[in-house]
Amino acid sequence: MSTVFIALQANEETRPIIEAIEIDNPLAVVNRQPAMVKIDAPNRLVIRKETIEEQIGREFDLQELHINLITLGGNVTEDEDSLTLSWAE
Amino acid sequence: MDMKVAKKKLGLKEKYRLMTRDLGWEPTYRAKDEVFPYVNYEGIKVHDWDKWEDPFRLTMDSYWKYQAEKERKFYAIIDAHAQNNGHLNITDARYLSALKIFLQAISPGEYAAHKGFARVGREFPGVGTQVACQMQAIDEIRHAQTQIHALSNYNKYYDGFHAFADARDRIWYTSVARSFFDDAMSAGPFEFMIAIGFSFEYVLTNLLFVPFMSGAAYNGDMATVTFGFSAQSDEARHMTLGLECIKFMLEQDPDNLPIVQGWLDKWFWRGFRVLGLVSTMMDYMLPKRVMSWREAWEIYGVENGGALFKDLARYGIRPPKGWDDAEKAIDHMSHQFMLGLYQWSFGTSFHSWIPSDEDMDWLSAKYPTTFDKYYRPRWDHIRKLAAAGTPFKNFGLAKLCQTCQLPVVFTEPDDATMSCHRETEYKGEKYHFCSDGCQHIFDNEPEKYVQAWLPMPSLFQELNGDIGAWMNWVGLRDGEDNGDFVGSRDQRNFDQWRGMATSNL
Ligand SMILES: [Fe+2]
Ligand SMILES: [Fe+2]
Repeated sequence: MSTVFIALQANEETRPIIEAIEIDNPLAVVNRQPAMVKIDAPNRLVIRKETIEEQIGREFDLQELHINLITLGGNVTEDEDSLTLSWAE
Repeated sequence: MDMKVAKKKLGLKEKYRLMTRDLGWEPTYRAKDEVFPYVNYEGIKVHDWDKWEDPFRLTMDSYWKYQAEKERKFYAIIDAHAQNNGHLNITDARYLSALKIFLQAISPGEYAAHKGFARVGREFPGVGTQVACQMQAIDEIRHAQTQIHALSNYNKYYDGFHAFADARDRIWYTSVARSFFDDAMSAGPFEFMIAIGFSFEYVLTNLLFVPFMSGAAYNGDMATVTFGFSAQSDEARHMTLGLECIKFMLEQDPDNLPIVQGWLDKWFWRGFRVLGLVSTMMDYMLPKRVMSWREAWEIYGVENGGALFKDLARYGIRPPKGWDDAEKAIDHMSHQFMLGLYQWSFGTSFHSWIPSDEDMDWLSAKYPTTFDKYYRPRWDHIRKLAAAGTPFKNFGLAKLCQTCQLPVVFTEPDDATMSCHRETEYKGEKYHFCSDGCQHIFDNEPEKYVQAWLPMPSLFQELNGDIGAWMNWVGLRDGEDNGDFVGSRDQRNFDQWRGMATSNL
């Protein structure tokens, strides 16, 4: 098992995104540090457009993530509906 | 009646194809080898450039849109910082030393990375690669500019910020970062991608920007947090590009494996040595600390780097050669380097200091196996000398490693009481190294490293060893920019202005 992670700036735009990540990834662990939030998960983490849209109540383009992204670890796979981070098992 | 016609939206994959692949063409009146002359000499075999994909599938139109938004956010905070006495809101003026090192050593590296990506974007034949390199070239110049701009606010009030460009080219500790980038920029395009995409982005920026910027937030420095996170938002894309490049090379041809492994070995160690500066900034220069260098290494080195190499094992990649030596150095490097900076502080364009009791207690808690045993006694001794009016100053010049250009101040991996020193003789000349890792790098490419510009020999070749002339040449004002923090103009000004800002006197 390896840890994948994503770190986002701690701000009003990312609060609902982090909530969406927690909903979609029950194994994710959210670490809050000064000015940033780092989310770790075993082997795989999925970020879904639909879940974020439900949290924020408007359309969301997954590429908007780039604005508040700090760093990530894992292989990235992205399409319109989701962004997945994974390590080979 | 007006009817709103919904524009048909392109899918991400289709848009990426149209806005990257479809922009390329096959040359007809010149051979491809003539158009891309540098892509073969490193020995990397590529059979199908279309296999190169940007996993984020970012196209130039979206790129400009999101970058513009990042800039607006950045300048909103930079303006607020300048308008609200941001230079007085930091926890303590000691913190400024970390910013000075950052500006002198790292920001010019961003500019070097910009030049490098502009070049390799031209040298690679694949369109996906060209577009990704173009974006990164623009990102890197943005990083250099926003960092210089953000820190220019501090230059109005404090010493040591004014001559960062000369410092970068000429001072001894900055030449560590400079030589890293010069080495990368004088390599071929594929090696450059490993040097920057893997070593700088994957190994270094996580350790440099993430805990350090979080530390800046902790120390009340909104300007640095902002440029740091604004830059780092691009780094996620850069790391992904670096990782993609490694996987691409390994998937294209089995003959690429030994070449890639050699570069990973080399650039891991090059990057690790630059981290010598970072470890010291984290453990000693942040008045309020988020985590120790050791803790940051556990997260971004051991856990994340370990995961990366486990993942790459499917291609036959093993962890870099210097991995074990790096692990052995973690609990020592920041202390050894800070002791070096303190004793040579006449020649640094920032201040250093003897850690307080409270600092030392924090360090022994974070480094239970090493700090009290090896480093506290030295600091205690240095403090006694300072109290007696005979501060420990070393006016001799440090012996520099021919590869990484750090002074040879580190110890043997398995014995922290033995100073580590390696020597190679090449064409009748003796060359010195700080470690096995640096010696191996030299031995693989001696003709490259014998040409390295080193600041100490140059002092004698160009300035006849005249320290005053050297200070002028590097833009260092004796008694203002250098020396001990205690009694410095930065300390006096900060205390006085902060007093004025919080009272009506
Ligand atoms: Fe950068
Ligand atoms: Fe070295």
